[in-house]
Amino acid sequence: MGAHAVDIDKHVRVYILVFAALMVLTIVTVAVSYLHLSVPAAIGVALVIATVKGSLVACYFMHLVSEKKLIYAVLLLTVLFFVVLLFVPFFTVADGIEVRA
Amino acid sequence: MEIPYTVSTRQDTGLTNGKIGIWLFLASEVMLFGALFASYILLRTGAPEWPRGASILNVPLATFNTVVLISSSVTMVMAWASLMRNRFGAFRGYMGATVLLGGVFLVVKYFEYSAKFHHELYPRTNTFLAIYFTLTGLHMLHVMGGMAVNAWFWGPGAKLWKTNPQWFTNRVENSGLFWHFVDLVWIFLFPVLYLL
Repeated sequence: MGAHAVDIDKHVRVYILVFAALMVLTIVTVAVSYLHLSVPAAIGVALVIATVKGSLVACYFMHLVSEKKLIYAVLLLTVLFFVVLLFVPFFTVADGIEVRA
Repeated sequence: MEIPYTVSTRQDTGLTNGKIGIWLFLASEVMLFGALFASYILLRTGAPEWPRGASILNVPLATFNTVVLISSSVTMVMAWASLMRNRFGAFRGYMGATVLLGGVFLVVKYFEYSAKFHHELYPRTNTFLAIYFTLTGLHMLHVMGGMAVNAWFWGPGAKLWKTNPQWFTNRVENSGLFWHFVDLVWIFLFPVLYLL
């Protein structure tokens, strides 16, 4: 087995800490939604919290903190394409065609 | 034909073939959900008005489901850690809990959906509900798929532990990667659909 039992014990302690952090952040994101912030502020806060939670899951549960180079390369390419994909809708704004109801 | 490098790692990649395979699959999944998130942005920015999720959807139920899915991610990683520690009994417990928590998520989702249908709220009702049902429906299918694989490893698939424990541990790690991804998607779906 790749890791020794002692290493795994250390991992398990980290999993418990990450679990606690995810729970706290879930409560925070719901609590913030009851503050009725302006829409842009609410979107900003919610996305920041979700990104932190998602990163915790990816880094620790999916072991991305210590992965092989090839997987980072695959994910770098994925992130690149994902960002392009998310920006595709903005071209509908940038093309200058006005949409009137 | 046997798949090579399921137990030992390839020298050039430093990975088992199963692991690089599941990560490539997850990369394609990012694009699948990414396309739908992009559609959500397009629909929302193009709509004259957009409801706050909380005015239509049940936030307490979804919060509960978020806790359920995050907990199932923890039990999943603990199932793998148990195999790494050579504790098969603990693995069975954690894996069983993972599958059960997935079931709890689906039951809650069933009640959420039926409440919507009961109030005559369907995908065709408005654009918000259309994208809500599409995103959560696709996510639900992923939960079902993950549960099926995990249930297999909890049950008949666990026989491999007796003959090739390392191979079995690698398989559980890979099914875990998929399960954590499903959790990760929900972490973004929850605020986007329910809280904003």
